[in-house]
Amino acid sequence: MSMHGPVATHRSATGVPTGRLAVWWLMASEIFIFGGLVACFILFKLNGTPGFEDASLTSLTAGAVNTFVLLTSSLSVVMAHAAIEKGDRDKSFLYIWYTIGGGFVFLGIKAYEYTGKIIHGHVITENLFWSFYYTMTGLHALHVIGGMVIMALISFDIRKGHNYQRVELIGIYWHFVDLIWIFLFPLLYIANF
Amino acid sequence: MSQATAAIQTDTHAEHHEELNFLHKYILPVDHKVIAMQYIFTGLIMAIIGGYFAYAFRMQLAFPGELVPFYGLVGPGEYNMLVTNHGTIMIFWVAMPVLIAGFGNFLIPLMIGCDDMVFPRLNRLSYQIFLVSALVLIASFFVTGGGFGGAWTAYPPLSSVAEYSLTDWGASLWILAVALEFVSFLLGGINFVTTAMNARAPGMKMWDIPIAVWFIVIAVILFMASVGPLIAGSVMLFMDQRIGTSFFLPSGGGDPLLWQHLFWFFGHPEVYVVLLPTLGIVADIITVFSRKKLFGYKTVIYTAFATGGLSFVVWAHHQFIAGIDPRMANVFVVTTVLISIPLAEMMFSYIATLYGGSIELKTPMLWALSFIAAFLIGGVTGIYLGASAVDVYLHDSYFVLAHFHYTFFPITIIGMFAALTFWFPKMFGRMMNETLGKIHFWGTFIPFNCIFLPLFFLGLAGQHRRIYNYNHFPDLATQELQNIRIFATVSLVVMLCFQLVFVYNFFVSMFKGEKAPENPWNANTLEWSIPSPPPHGNFKTLPTVYRGPYEYSVPGREMDYWPQHVPPEES
Repeated sequence: MSMHGPVATHRSATGVPTGRLAVWWLMASEIFIFGGLVACFILFKLNGTPGFEDASLTSLTAGAVNTFVLLTSSLSVVMAHAAIEKGDRDKSFLYIWYTIGGGFVFLGIKAYEYTGKIIHGHVITENLFWSFYYTMTGLHALHVIGGMVIMALISFDIRKGHNYQRVELIGIYWHFVDLIWIFLFPLLYIANF
Repeated sequence: MSQATAAIQTDTHAEHHEELNFLHKYILPVDHKVIAMQYIFTGLIMAIIGGYFAYAFRMQLAFPGELVPFYGLVGPGEYNMLVTNHGTIMIFWVAMPVLIAGFGNFLIPLMIGCDDMVFPRLNRLSYQIFLVSALVLIASFFVTGGGFGGAWTAYPPLSSVAEYSLTDWGASLWILAVALEFVSFLLGGINFVTTAMNARAPGMKMWDIPIAVWFIVIAVILFMASVGPLIAGSVMLFMDQRIGTSFFLPSGGGDPLLWQHLFWFFGHPEVYVVLLPTLGIVADIITVFSRKKLFGYKTVIYTAFATGGLSFVVWAHHQFIAGIDPRMANVFVVTTVLISIPLAEMMFSYIATLYGGSIELKTPMLWALSFIAAFLIGGVTGIYLGASAVDVYLHDSYFVLAHFHYTFFPITIIGMFAALTFWFPKMFGRMMNETLGKIHFWGTFIPFNCIFLPLFFLGLAGQHRRIYNYNHFPDLATQELQNIRIFATVSLVVMLCFQLVFVYNFFVSMFKGEKAPENPWNANTLEWSIPSPPPHGNFKTLPTVYRGPYEYSVPGREMDYWPQHVPPEES
């Protein structure tokens, strides 16, 4: 563990390392942001708002492939964590970059989907469904991009031998991004109630 | 890590930081005390702007259509902008930064006995985002069309359609500023909660934490749990304004009531978010100045939990006349009235703490006591408004306005002065002048009541809020009612003038006041065990805690206080 920073950072009255505790709190506050969006979406849908039948126009295949890609990238970040626990920096570095690669594939498919929809006139202002579709997946994609940037920074950091614990922290975050997708996928691609 | 290495590490740390230059010490600090000052001073500057706005629109109400000295003519659109931004500034840029971020930053590490926040650089970042948010808000006053004028609640469609609000960019910058401010407080909040949970001094158990820290942390958790949906809502509103979506526009399938739900789901817990820090500060002050143990320490904390929990299920009492289902309204009447129970219990605990104590009426104590008195009026009038039948008549009247000023003024202004006068010696190493402090207290507290008590009667007489000129309403244009408006406005001007006493006292004491000892009030908590002002790194050797924070007048002890860090004597 690096010994930089104030003593406060290295104390652990709860027994949980400070970094992990903070990431859990970050997740907690993020849940309410996405929770708010998802709740609004569901309320509109239950009220039978016109336009929500457009959920059938989203590509189930693209969504399913993206789910698979994202979940697989979560596996590789777990393996990065397992490697760094054993002190194997190079292997961990490699697995982190597999994860980042997964992020790129995910964003690529997303961009392909967006393009197709926009070409067919399903822009964000078309109706409420598409407003929610672009807002929710867009906000999620921003989280994916943020995670990829942080992961890249961490990968170089651990190769120099610093801050091994951060692999676990970004791993928790990445799982969380996954988890949000698990909620978005059925709502936007499958559900047609 | 063992305590010994920790102590050695702080010492090397303190030396290492001696050579900080001005830029790194004051402009880009990581020291929690400097960041606390940044928040407090930014908040105070914003308070001046908010107070100036209040002065301008109150003058317009008392002397409609006349030139306001030091302002000019207040036009109808400008009036709306002034009331909107007065509310926004006072809540988001004064109450939040001063009470939570400012005193939270200053007190949490000192009171729990560690050298800094757990994430000092995150702390700095959250202040910088906060500063940007304040600048964005100020910038919004100067764009074409002027600042946003759709009330601090920003109900759509008024707030989302530029043709209605007539403040195209003002409205967008306003919502952007608010969203940035939320992000800043989320980051800061994560830091606060993690610090309080993990960085406590050895020996400090959960029930040894001072109430001020407890309540700031509970407030932050309430904020985190309530603001999320509104952040999502702000994004949606911003997209309605700028991209042309219609989340809140019925014409495009959206629902304007949805915004009201998102706003008040945050807006009501927000009252408790700013209330709890002040309640904590007051608890610490009244125990010190009555030399008594806090009555029912654990009960007080449980009541805060109960208040926090209930605060999530009362929001629709702001919407009784907004078209919600009357059966739903009944539920919210019950929850709203219920929430007064834990708060009343807390107030009784405070009063029981005072009972039989050796009360010393120093300036901070006067502020603390006046908080209890004024907040009780605010709380009790809230029960009237919680009943939906009464609310149908009183909704959006000056009765509501007077009610929430009787809660927010004690919380924000009285709470801030209580905290500033109490911790001033620790912050700046000098004592404030007591006589000037008392003149300022009475010069604020008496006019405060003279401003807002009459407004209850105006509200009962049917005076609606957010009206630019009552001369256009024959029933409200009577001389009798106008006299009340003039009385309230004159009281406001008197109160604002008395603030100069505080400014004078504050700055003169900061540089020329009597040097403050380590523990001028003979208090127990850890921040009083170190020099005033505390050096970088706070504690020379990090303390160990042996007891709770409120061991005053313990029988059998020579001294009437028993600091938390003093080891028990051998017996």
